[in-house]
Amino acid sequence: MLRFVAAIGAAFLTFLTGTGRLVVFAGLTLATAFTPPFYLRAILREMVNIGYFSLPVVGLTAIFTGMVLALQSHTGFSRFAAEGAVATVVVLSVTRELGPVITGLMVAGRVGAAMAAEIGTMRVTDQIDALTTLSTDPLRYLVLPRLLAGLITLPILVLVADIIGVFGGYLVGVYRLGFNPEAYLNRTQQYLQTTDVVSGLVKAAAFGFIVTLMGCYHGYYSRGGAQGVGQATTHAVVSGSILILVFNYLITAAFFGR
Amino acid sequence: MSEAEAEPKISVRGVRKSFGRKQVLDGVDIDCHSGESLVVIGGSGTGKSVLVKCILGLLHPDAGSIRIDGTETVGLQRVARERLLQKFGMLFQGSALFDSLTVWENVAFGLVQGRGMERSQAREIALAKLASVGLGPEVSLLRTAELSGGMQKRVGLARAIAAEPEIVFFDEPTTGLDPIMADVINDLIVKCVREVGTTAVSITHDMVSARKIADRIAMLHQGHIVWHGPTAEIDHSGNPFVDQFINGRADGPIKMQVRAA
Repeated sequence: MLRFVAAIGAAFLTFLTGTGRLVVFAGLTLATAFTPPFYLRAILREMVNIGYFSLPVVGLTAIFTGMVLALQSHTGFSRFAAEGAVATVVVLSVTRELGPVITGLMVAGRVGAAMAAEIGTMRVTDQIDALTTLSTDPLRYLVLPRLLAGLITLPILVLVADIIGVFGGYLVGVYRLGFNPEAYLNRTQQYLQTTDVVSGLVKAAAFGFIVTLMGCYHGYYSRGGAQGVGQATTHAVVSGSILILVFNYLITAAFFGR
Repeated sequence: MSEAEAEPKISVRGVRKSFGRKQVLDGVDIDCHSGESLVVIGGSGTGKSVLVKCILGLLHPDAGSIRIDGTETVGLQRVARERLLQKFGMLFQGSALFDSLTVWENVAFGLVQGRGMERSQAREIALAKLASVGLGPEVSLLRTAELSGGMQKRVGLARAIAAEPEIVFFDEPTTGLDPIMADVINDLIVKCVREVGTTAVSITHDMVSARKIADRIAMLHQGHIVWHGPTAEIDHSGNPFVDQFINGRADGPIKMQVRAA
């Protein structure tokens, strides 16, 4: 019994230590944003990497999500003669929830994993120590540009995903379910409020920060060669995805919980 | 000799460092004077790299003092540490070249990112340093993955000396190289150290390399410096640890751990 309690205590302490280390890592990195040198070129490079190169996967996911949503909501709502709500359901679901969450999860899989692998490889091959010996702060040079790029780029990516997702719903609504195009678009705009889009963009910024932070953090502290880098990649994706779902609830509660 | 001249360039006193229960450094004392080439020898896992990383500030010692030019460096704050690092250059065991950059960008990295030099000016210096390690301008535009092990070492060496540091550290500079390429690297290290008057600290278990590049040799074993003296005296050290190590004998006071404890 005592061993069982000790195991729970040890796991809890490990969790607290890890959380503390993550917060210190994020704090030390953000502190470098206020003093020169600023690596603007690195930020732009990461923005292209996170945003532009994620467009195909995010676009494909968004269009099919919008299409499925239109189809499913039509099937469900037709049971109580509420098919007219399909356009509203699609646009609210996409802008408030599915756009940011699915984009966040896709980017966690594509970008978070790549960041953990790249920085992890730099760690186990002494490249991060080499940066330090060349008078370059690794947090400022490697981590900060990625965090800022994630923070800036994800909202833009989610805005694109929102538009493509709504368009997917429109395609199914008009060409498969037979809605009048004008009526569908009117319904789409009718109940959409600024808060719906803004809440999605705030979520996107948070998810961008989370994904890049978890990728950089797990890569930065990876140990033990190829196996350690592999573990760092897995941890970056898993922890990034879980935190996206947790923060999705918290931000939703903050915006719409009253 | 004045007091300033007598001050060692690097002075390490009572440095201890452990990882968990494993005590790696257990009170290391060693000095290195300006313009001197010190080589630290010792078996694998005896803490040679840990010692160098402590001096560089990449690891924080648990106890002890490390002075550079008479200034205590243990516990230095970030800005002071960054200033101190400008005195150092380092050739890593695996070269640690940045694979996302070209050869010349690697060599110029510390000048551009660390010291804010213009890229065009840094490129000129990088090409000159590459030439000094026997690499022509045609190599400068290659990616590091396209280089052989010996070429990577030479690029690493050019990067380490690009900013003309006061102290250069060499971590196993000849490991993994064939004997001829190892001798080329040794010659380049001697040339860099002697011509520029740099202070050099190397760690190796390659005795051919140690004899060639060292003014003074120190042996690290079980966390202590068990012997140090001029290179010429190492064959007559009278120290059983040194004798066993330099002759490469399995029998002697150094017991190799062949099974996990």
